[in-house]
Amino acid sequence: MSSQDPAPEEISSNTLRWVWAAALAASLAFWLFAKPYAPWAFKYPRAWQLPLKREISDFMKWLVEDASFGLFSFTELTRGIAWLLDIPFTIATSILSSGFLKGQGSDAVQILPPLTWIAVIAIVVALGRYAGGWKLAALVGACFSYLAIFGQWESAMITLSSIIIAVPFGVFGGLVLGIAAHRWSLFETLIKPVLDLMQTVPVFAYLVPILFMFGFGPVSAMVATIVYAMPPMVRITMLALRQVPGEVIDLGKMTGCSPRQMTWKVMVPSARDGLMIGVNQVIMLSLNMVIIASMIGAGGLGYDVLASLRRLDIGAGVEAGVAIVVLAIALDRLSQAFANRRPEHYEALAGTSFFKRNPYTSTCLAIVLVTGFAGLAMGWVQTWPESWSITTGTFWSEVVSYINVNYFDQLEAVKTFVLLNLMIPFKRFLISLPWPVVAGLLGLAGYSLGGWRLAVLCAVLTTFMAVVGLWSKAMVTVYLCGISVIIACAIGIPIGIAAAGRDRLWRVVQVLIDTLQTLPSFVYLMPVVMLFRVGDFAAMIAVIAYAIAPAIRYTAHGLRQVDPQLVEAGIVAGCTRWQLLRKIQLKLAIPEIMLGINQTIMLALSMLVITALVGTRELGQEVYIALTKADTGRGIVAGLCVAFIAIIADRLITAGANRMKARLGLQN
Amino acid sequence: MKTDDLAKLSCRSVWKLFGNDSDGFLRRTPNPSSEDIAAAGLIAAVKDVSLDIRDGEIFVIMGLSGSGKSTLVRCMSRLVEPTAGEILFNGQDLLQASDKEMIEIRRHRMGMVFQHFALLPHLSVLGNVAFPLEVQGLDKATREAQAREVIELVGLEGREAYYPRELSGGQQQRVGIARSLAVEPELWFLDEPFSALDPLIRREMQDEFLRIQSVLKKTIVFITHDFDEAIRLADRIAIMKDGKVDQTGTPEDLVMRPATDYVAEFTREVAKAKVLSARAIMGPPGKRAPKGGFGGDVGLRTKVSELAARVSADPRPLAVLDDDGERVGIVTRDAVISVLLEG
Ligand SMILES: Nc1ncnc2c1ncn2[C@@H]1O[C@H](COP(=O)(O)OP(=O)(O)O)[C@@H](O)[C@H]1O
Ligand SMILES: [Mg+2]
Repeated sequence: MSSQDPAPEEISSNTLRWVWAAALAASLAFWLFAKPYAPWAFKYPRAWQLPLKREISDFMKWLVEDASFGLFSFTELTRGIAWLLDIPFTIATSILSSGFLKGQGSDAVQILPPLTWIAVIAIVVALGRYAGGWKLAALVGACFSYLAIFGQWESAMITLSSIIIAVPFGVFGGLVLGIAAHRWSLFETLIKPVLDLMQTVPVFAYLVPILFMFGFGPVSAMVATIVYAMPPMVRITMLALRQVPGEVIDLGKMTGCSPRQMTWKVMVPSARDGLMIGVNQVIMLSLNMVIIASMIGAGGLGYDVLASLRRLDIGAGVEAGVAIVVLAIALDRLSQAFANRRPEHYEALAGTSFFKRNPYTSTCLAIVLVTGFAGLAMGWVQTWPESWSITTGTFWSEVVSYINVNYFDQLEAVKTFVLLNLMIPFKRFLISLPWPVVAGLLGLAGYSLGGWRLAVLCAVLTTFMAVVGLWSKAMVTVYLCGISVIIACAIGIPIGIAAAGRDRLWRVVQVLIDTLQTLPSFVYLMPVVMLFRVGDFAAMIAVIAYAIAPAIRYTAHGLRQVDPQLVEAGIVAGCTRWQLLRKIQLKLAIPEIMLGINQTIMLALSMLVITALVGTRELGQEVYIALTKADTGRGIVAGLCVAFIAIIADRLITAGANRMKARLGLQN
Repeated sequence: MKTDDLAKLSCRSVWKLFGNDSDGFLRRTPNPSSEDIAAAGLIAAVKDVSLDIRDGEIFVIMGLSGSGKSTLVRCMSRLVEPTAGEILFNGQDLLQASDKEMIEIRRHRMGMVFQHFALLPHLSVLGNVAFPLEVQGLDKATREAQAREVIELVGLEGREAYYPRELSGGQQQRVGIARSLAVEPELWFLDEPFSALDPLIRREMQDEFLRIQSVLKKTIVFITHDFDEAIRLADRIAIMKDGKVDQTGTPEDLVMRPATDYVAEFTREVAKAKVLSARAIMGPPGKRAPKGGFGGDVGLRTKVSELAARVSADPRPLAVLDDDGERVGIVTRDAVISVLLEG
């Protein structure tokens, strides 16, 4: 022992270590011996439960039936919103899919046919050519042709209409909120926690109130899509506006811009590049929602997937799922190309004819008209004939049955082994934990990593789950999520390490994980269910596949950004490759890797909720049941629980990563 | 302090401190030392600056990076709110002006050129130059006609339809200059306008700038960290160090009579021939032309280095003319040589 006093930092970290040891010992003792004396800690008594579900349901009922803002009632407000969305949506579906109709229901007469498939393809090809050249034109042309050839046209056009309408609303709404947050810091502090919550509450949870307010149908689905896709746009807008150079802001002031001119003539155009990333995000998230939105009436491709998933018609499901991916790829590349377009000057064309000045518009117009008239005479021009369609449905079904016939035993053996030896014991262990112990330990973790505020947050949010009576379902969620994340990291981090040092491999891996991330989450369910049937194991595999990308990406990224000088210093000091990796690179990359794990957890949770469809018994199932019963309170409470799990994990890991960064002297 | 009668813009004991409660601090400690400021955890960007900028002159503020030049010029245009002091524009205190008045003043009477150009990427050259007029609400035809005139003035005709990223750095700054001139401002601020450009282009832009000024005769506040640029362009220079103005004067003043060691340090390396102008070494004009006649005419501001080239080609004395073409002095070959010998 040295005679000098230890530094204050050391005292606290030493004491903390003792506190941890004591807390763990006490928890262990409590877990082992306290059951007979304190049964309430192991099973939260029903009588103590907070009737939050009922209260929320009652509130929603009041909102829909009685609430009024003086000039208009709440119901009138929702009707107004519905009307606002319904008009453009009806026009879009008329143009793309149903044609303009006169009259109602079955005796409606078509007065104008929809665009022919040839015209739609011509338009997207022209857009592709305009925004990104012939290569992009060929790609989007191929994507849309795929939709026609594989018999998905009809549904795809319905889906496309809802995307075309939902995206501008999402973009504009996000932009306006982001601008408001940028202008008024009070609004920013108000909206930030809402955004956090929106991004962690599972989508299902707000389907329930939306269903309750707007009823079943495409408008409801669009509202849900907009609500889901808007928060990232708000964030990106705030970020993009903050990054506008100070000089440009000064310019605006020096030219005497009014606040409105400043926003719309200076800030927004200067932030365009950043904002376009947001637009792309909104498009991708809207497509992500396609299947989920079909649960409350979206129709289109999403409905096809959902319906075939329910029938376990593998082939049809895969076909529609792939069609969504194809549509997503086309829209993603198109919007990116528009984002990357830079204005260019044109040689003056004044005096030439309209057709010379607008070659794309006039060509498209011509094709629309010619094929439109031709379509009246020849059916195949109007709609791609069913008899020409190729279907791969039977192929997929056969592949699956082939695998099942030939490898059933092996697959089943793996599944049983993992379930018995890994999953079930882990699940039992978690469920057996008394809730006060979990809340206490998480609180302590919060205190060690981030101080009192974090401690209180963790403990309170944990207790909430017990108080609303969802403790065991929450634990099942934690178990499935935890085990999937552990396995995803065990696979993903080594891949990231391997790819970090090898440029060619890294490029291949990047393409792979980019693709993984563009697939809508439901697509993962199909093959998994086909191979492993319903249950926890199938859910776990789907979650791993969906959530692995960030583990790989952040690991590789973290390793690649380690200061090369430090690595060289290590080489000079005579480190072996392995020492170099362990002692220098990984150590410095750990904060980044932790952020990757954090992202993996977030994705895992969002996927987990969807796996309720394949029969898991966790919070996702609770939300799903609430959705089928339109039980708002139940859905929201369960959704909040999922969000709280996400928030606890996120805050703890972020605090840990920041501490570690500070200790390693990397920024802040 | 006495206000200069010719002053277009005057700063009176202007302070700018960054940090929490800098106003309160300055009220409690009216004349703080650097130690006081540091102890309060504040950053002093501008300290007690008083300046008079005269109508029609090029006033250069010179100082190293971080010396507070940008903050000072931003105080003058009220882009940042000075912590204390007065800014008098034609005798009116800008700090008392309402937001609305300020908008009007900036719209019609001030122009600013930025170091990194601050062009709007989504507008063409024409759109950028017309932008201040668009903000004022002028209709498209009027503002474009007006913009085309200034575009011609900066030599960019033919590029109206180009977008900023299609232009070189020098061309982009020409757009910035044209834009700041589009409203025909009385007061023209340029914050290190050529610092981001290559040396050759910089030189060309300085000449261009002098040419434009010879046509427009604006009141100019020009910021630079480059002493050579300062003496090439300035009628008068203020040298800033750590937020304070060390000395204000003509280039000749600074070179011949540096007020502080810091200024002397700057001017020591400067070749006198590049600084001194005909005005500083000319003799009385005389009633009549000398016997052999003049070797030619030069302006008051012609530098000795240029005079040297003239007298070595033709040994006869040179006539010095003022801006109105009136002969105000004579420069002899010997006067030129003696400056060159001094170094
Ligand atoms: N917004 C600000 N907040 C805090 N400090 C600032 C701010 N703007 C400038 N400063 C500080 O004021 C000093 C002068 O800066 P500036 O006027 O930009 O100098 P110059 O233009 O001469 O390079 C610098 O030390 C700078 O760090
Ligand atoms: Mg500066």
